[in-house]
Amino acid sequence: MSRGADAAKSAVLLFVAAILQVAILDRILILHATPDLLLVTLVGVSLLRGSLFGATGGFFAGLVVDTADLGTLGLTSLVLTIAGYWIGRYGETTGRDRAHAPFLSVAVVTVLVALGQLVLHFMIGDHVSARLVLLDALAPGILLNLLLTPPVYGLCRRLFRPPAWAELGEVRLLG
Amino acid sequence: MGVLVLLSLALITIYFRESPGGFLHRTQSGGATILRPFEVGANRVARPFEDVYGYFHGLAVARSENARLRVELERYRQLYGASASAIQQNVDLQKELHYYETAKYPEGYRPVFASVAGRPLSQFDQSIVVEAGKHQGVRLHDPVVASGSLVGEVTKVTSTMARVTLLTDAEIAVAAKDLTGAAGLIRHGQGSGDSLILDHVSKDQVVHKGDMVVTSGILAGRLRSLYPKNIPIGVVTSVGRSEIELYMSIQVSPFVDFSTLDSVAILVSRKPAPQLP
Repeated sequence: MSRGADAAKSAVLLFVAAILQVAILDRILILHATPDLLLVTLVGVSLLRGSLFGATGGFFAGLVVDTADLGTLGLTSLVLTIAGYWIGRYGETTGRDRAHAPFLSVAVVTVLVALGQLVLHFMIGDHVSARLVLLDALAPGILLNLLLTPPVYGLCRRLFRPPAWAELGEVRLLG
Repeated sequence: MGVLVLLSLALITIYFRESPGGFLHRTQSGGATILRPFEVGANRVARPFEDVYGYFHGLAVARSENARLRVELERYRQLYGASASAIQQNVDLQKELHYYETAKYPEGYRPVFASVAGRPLSQFDQSIVVEAGKHQGVRLHDPVVASGSLVGEVTKVTSTMARVTLLTDAEIAVAAKDLTGAAGLIRHGQGSGDSLILDHVSKDQVVHKGDMVVTSGILAGRLRSLYPKNIPIGVVTSVGRSEIELYMSIQVSPFVDFSTLDSVAILVSRKPAPQLP
């Protein structure tokens, strides 16, 4: 599959995920947390298609969220760009073939995104409760995102067939 | 990736520093209008599922809610009897004294009804996006109510949409009073959930569990807007006095369930906003 087709598919997938997140999922509050479909989708795309797709997809998906929410433009983009890049690098180097990779990535990136957003909100002078973000909402947030991971990652795998190692021209770690 | 990070930082910086009428704000406003049909479409798809969930959830809590409402009804029936004569007396006295007031709630306000279009991530933003803006007469800092109770205030407004910061946001504080007269500030309580606290109420005041808390209509200190008097906010759920605290510790349960807001009314004053001397 060409990179152009992959780019188009990931753009559509992330746009749909961002709209669903803003329009539906952000209204759902379970144990103080909200399931983050967009983040889980970004993890799926980044793991399967690498850091370039992850960073670019994260940036534009963040822009969609900030625009629809009338939030500070660029804030979600910054966090998702870094998250997408980091997960993409993990996929490119060690994580792509491992069964636990999507779950591990989602858990870790949920923590990092929460921390990143907390720091950024503090820096721009917003009053954010660190207790709410890190103690009350973080654990249920990880759990909800992990529950979303199997169906979302399954869909991503259907859309983005994992490339053969020979196609990538990368060195594969054995053992 | 570096380019995208720099671009994001540039966007944050410019957006943060420019005026609400600046280029990025206008672009965002236009973008939000373009994205709106997609959000509406997603909402329509999700609506039947939400309705089914709401139906079963309603059935599950109906019995306990019924008991609570019966107790409340009895209490408010008694309060109504006591306050009806006081209201008439108040009207008569105001007429005799030629008492002047700014716009009164609800007569002095025109409600602009709007549905809730979106709800940003709750841990960071206690706000909602509603489908009414400047075209409908909405202005910055207009108070917002739902089912007659205070919800928050308009903190960002575009031509067709507005962002409403909820009472549960740490940046909002509303001058409020207990109906028995104790005045203070309503703000979000520590920790999670929708609970509010009535702060800055001195210990010599008398506040009881079950008292209703309403807006006092007084502009004080750092408050950004003048809410009209007597908009219901919530009911006192606990009153605590500590030796080491300057003020009483009063927990207030809001009348509005902020997590299930579907539509709100933005109160647009029929009179010009009063200016401080």
